[in-house]
Amino acid sequence: MTELTTSSIASMWAAVPVALQDTLLITLRIVVVLVPLILAVAYLTYAERKVIGYMQNRIGPNRVGPKGLLQPFADVIKLLLKEVVIPSNANRVLFVVAPLLTLTPAFAAWAVIPLFPGFVLADINAALLYVLALTSLGVYGVILAGWATNSKYAFLGAMRSAAQIVAYEIAMGFALVGVVMASGSLNLGEIIEGQSGSILHWYWLPLLPLFLIYFISGVAETNRAPFDVAEGESEIVAGFHVEYAGVGFALFFLAEYANMILISALTAILFLGGWLSPFQGVLSEDNFLAKPGFFWFALKTGVFLFCFLWFRATFPRYRYDQIMRLGWKVFIPLTLIWIFVEGAMIAFDIGPWFD
Amino acid sequence: MRIGYLYKTLFLSELRAGLGVTWRNLFRTKFTIQYPEEKTPQSPRFRGLHAQRRYANGEERCIACKLCEAVCPALAITIESEVAPDGTRRTKRYDIDLFKCIFCGFCEEACPVDAIVETRIHEYHMEHRGENILTKDKLLALGDKYEAMIAADKAADAEYR
Repeated sequence: MTELTTSSIASMWAAVPVALQDTLLITLRIVVVLVPLILAVAYLTYAERKVIGYMQNRIGPNRVGPKGLLQPFADVIKLLLKEVVIPSNANRVLFVVAPLLTLTPAFAAWAVIPLFPGFVLADINAALLYVLALTSLGVYGVILAGWATNSKYAFLGAMRSAAQIVAYEIAMGFALVGVVMASGSLNLGEIIEGQSGSILHWYWLPLLPLFLIYFISGVAETNRAPFDVAEGESEIVAGFHVEYAGVGFALFFLAEYANMILISALTAILFLGGWLSPFQGVLSEDNFLAKPGFFWFALKTGVFLFCFLWFRATFPRYRYDQIMRLGWKVFIPLTLIWIFVEGAMIAFDIGPWFD
Repeated sequence: MRIGYLYKTLFLSELRAGLGVTWRNLFRTKFTIQYPEEKTPQSPRFRGLHAQRRYANGEERCIACKLCEAVCPALAITIESEVAPDGTRRTKRYDIDLFKCIFCGFCEEACPVDAIVETRIHEYHMEHRGENILTKDKLLALGDKYEAMIAADKAADAEYR
């Protein structure tokens, strides 16, 4: 019976035109990446509330389902059922498009993220540039949302967000230059391969300042605490998304958390060897702990995601001028200096990293 | 001084100290009490919903002395007195407006015969206008219903009075 069905499915598959087969396969792969990603976003909101709750000596959501595990679904259903309100003076088209503009790049960037050896949706050579471009694109949604809303608070939030992202984008770019110098490639898969050897071969060690700056800039880039002046509840209500309710708000929310996961994944890939095992070179090759795999990638990403939540529970919001000072006067000079140091390390062939 | 400041900035000392605080609190026992299932301990002196008590023989305690009305800082109590058929002094009307009441317990303290008391009951609600007025009948009914609890609380607190 099973043989019959598998063979019938195979024959049905063979009947599909070849061009369509490719399209179907690619769509399937996209779904396989995106659906778990959306689920991860949903449970990241749950994790955030739990972790911050625990850090504040509270318990966090625990009413919907066992241990509150169904809470994300309750939130989603609530948001989807709410009325979509468009302010009368808003630019209707941009107001509706803005949330999509933030969400799309956050998801599209996953096309080049290598999840485990041999699996990446699009194995392109300029992957790092593509990621840099898409993470910067997300800010257009924020700016357009702030502008289209036609409200002072939203506009202030958008302006702050734009200035902040411009400032931190540069430091982030320089940090990536350091990675490119070390690996000699823009392809994320090759960057990971370049780090293989042992935990000491990963780029976090020679590029330690760049690693920290990249992650902190990433926090700033996603408008997360302590860099969340774009939302600044106590100052400008909710910033760029004051007037968004229901689905629009849900999309912004989704984009913010998807961006968090993206930044964590990128930090894991660029500085902590992505899917490489930390026991590589320590345990024997046959030991399952020493094998590279999705588990290690997920674990490293999870650690950084936890840091996002940890920071939010710990740090008060930066003042606007402090953010600008940190971005322009601390991070950019530091990255520049370290690029020179790295250049010297490459020129004099110091350490096992650059070959 | 300057070097120390630079060191602190570059190595994020204070940020790390802050992160340490939240990390330690992550594992601390949580304060949350799951309210409907768990409740905080209550004192026998808890001042909740009011009630009027009777003596063991069924005679109501209140003698309409109006001390509670006089002491009430929120002017929540309204009393009208009359001579009962048996010749005693009784209240004709005894209203407590729960919207005005601030649950200070002065009425209870002022009462010479322990007639008006505040019980431990704090989980009650009103659905219609006017239900905020506790009339004499309602107060006596509450007193009859919770007499065992009220008596126990009074006994527990007796030696401190």
